[in-house]
Amino acid sequence: MTEKPLIRINKLNVEFPLGRTLFGKPPMLSAVNDVSLDIMPGQFYGLVGESGSGKTTLGKAILRAVHISSGEITFDDSDVNYDVGSLAKKELKNYRKLAQLIFQDPYAALSPRMTVRDIIAEPLEVMGLTKTREETDERVRDIAEKCRLNLEHLRRFPHAFSGGQRQRISIARTLVCNPKFVVADESVAALDVSIQADILNLLQSLQDQLGLTFLFISHDLSVVAHICDHVAVMYLGTLVESAPTRKLFDNPSHPYTKALLSAIPSLDPDDRGKSQKLEGEIPSPANPPPGCKFHTRCPLAEERCRTEVPQWRELSKDHYAACHLV
Amino acid sequence: MSLLKVENLNLQFRTDEGLITAVENVSFEINEGEVLGLVGESGSGKSVTAKSLMHLNPSNSVYSPESSIKLELESGGVDVLSLKNPRELVVVRGGAISMIFQEPMASFAPAITIGAQMVEQLMIHTSMTKKESAALSVEMLERVGISDAGMRFHQYAFELSGGMRQRAMIAMALSTKPKVLIADEPTTALDVTIQAQVLDLMKDLVKEFGMAILFITHDLGVIAQVADRVAVMYLGRIVESGPVREVLHSPSHPYTKGLLNALPKLDALDEPLTPIPGDIPSPLERPPGCVFHTRCPEILADRCDSSIPQRTNVGQDHSVSCFAVDSTGKTA
Repeated sequence: MTEKPLIRINKLNVEFPLGRTLFGKPPMLSAVNDVSLDIMPGQFYGLVGESGSGKTTLGKAILRAVHISSGEITFDDSDVNYDVGSLAKKELKNYRKLAQLIFQDPYAALSPRMTVRDIIAEPLEVMGLTKTREETDERVRDIAEKCRLNLEHLRRFPHAFSGGQRQRISIARTLVCNPKFVVADESVAALDVSIQADILNLLQSLQDQLGLTFLFISHDLSVVAHICDHVAVMYLGTLVESAPTRKLFDNPSHPYTKALLSAIPSLDPDDRGKSQKLEGEIPSPANPPPGCKFHTRCPLAEERCRTEVPQWRELSKDHYAACHLV
Repeated sequence: MSLLKVENLNLQFRTDEGLITAVENVSFEINEGEVLGLVGESGSGKSVTAKSLMHLNPSNSVYSPESSIKLELESGGVDVLSLKNPRELVVVRGGAISMIFQEPMASFAPAITIGAQMVEQLMIHTSMTKKESAALSVEMLERVGISDAGMRFHQYAFELSGGMRQRAMIAMALSTKPKVLIADEPTTALDVTIQAQVLDLMKDLVKEFGMAILFITHDLGVIAQVADRVAVMYLGRIVESGPVREVLHSPSHPYTKGLLNALPKLDALDEPLTPIPGDIPSPLERPPGCVFHTRCPEILADRCDSSIPQRTNVGQDHSVSCFAVDSTGKTA
């Protein structure tokens, strides 16, 4: 591809202080550690990992919702170009018109005291994107239609809606300001399967219609497999593998990816006992293991895995992994 | 031998808006050493059904006169719904029936050590001394795969990781040697790798203790991996039940089929996901006739929206409640 990436992340580190000390620096917890990745325009980029792997922090860093400790993130649309790490206040406001977030829990994300119309219109008013009430109403109706909301419902309050409808309202609110890039953080995790399928189909059709680029964060590999073009796997703040979806699922190379794939409960009762089990639990990010961070649970770990940090290497076109043994 | 028999369970809640039906005509049995999976979307009544087994529903609940829940123990039968005072209820609340919940952090008291909580319930349910209870508790913690059980015994819930907390919860539920274990979404809050470990553990324990498990989940993949039989619930009714292999390989009810089609499958990445049309109706606007007819793709005119389909057998122990399904399990 000769295309330029929309989001380019280079050696990103996000650290949080662990408590406070009176003198000197407090110990730091490294939530995202030396992550580099490119997200192409129009891509549905999946990010998977267990809880505590840093996937949400990475998503927040791209939106500048957390402080970036080092490394750089650039946003490069053909018209504008931002260095996300060093945005001044005014530029940050402009950047946020272009990069938005869909939340996980549609019950917590919507104010119970506002009508659906006001909820969807709020970003337009706050960002000053529309001048008159008529213009606002038109934008709201337009996006509500695209999100398959019933226009009659715009006057109601959120409590009248089911989880699936609420998530559609929440998506409409995110997209009303015409962003180019959207982070969807576990956006279907709180939904029932039948509604989950509906929302996933909606996200895909919206991407086609509006030319969006998604970073789709999820712990559910089968959902990611279905909707994403490219998947990156995170473990304890670092990327362990990244590849186009099909390559990753047909030919996983990192032992962690293999274990994750094998841990998904199969729908076929005849597959019982076939999965390859991972021992132990994810270590605390406050005290990560030296060398390869996965060595404490890796079935293949050797001596050098305990001391040397594996390099991020390209195995085949667009397929990267960080493991000594592949 | 059937250990627990639920027949014609009807449960309504008295609210300001009138009586709301939560469970309607639910019947099922669980045998010794068997895992029965109960699946359904949120609002289908699966948790309420499970709570009735322990008589845990709030005071505004109304059971119909024909509802019956019978527990067969060596010491004789117990009619669960007729139990009234707390002393009688001990047998179904932690004695012969134990329950593990979805969120282990919310189920442990935060300011009492894990060990003290385990000892307390053993003191209530058994005639063991404090010392014996403590010894058994540590042994149970070891059995469920918690390392350093002696140290964990003295720790608080917040000091344990999510997976370990769920293991401790299982150890606690099993230490009184219950006959029936109710597991309400026990792995939903866990990561897949930890989920796989906990499911394995539960399968081992069923064999070892010879108990029965009622496993409630919305995840059909989890059901496929642990259950022997499965019952699918929708809006308070069981619409299909049978051996897990039959139900998942050849589902008969349109709702069961819909659930399976809505699931993303790893071996068919290019197939589009088909959602079940519409949303689950509010319990206040319960549809007449078959409860699923408002979303059903195979609806029959003049029938589904007026009369309630009866349970029909479509195979060995496999039954479906649907007008569109004939006795071979095929839709007409």
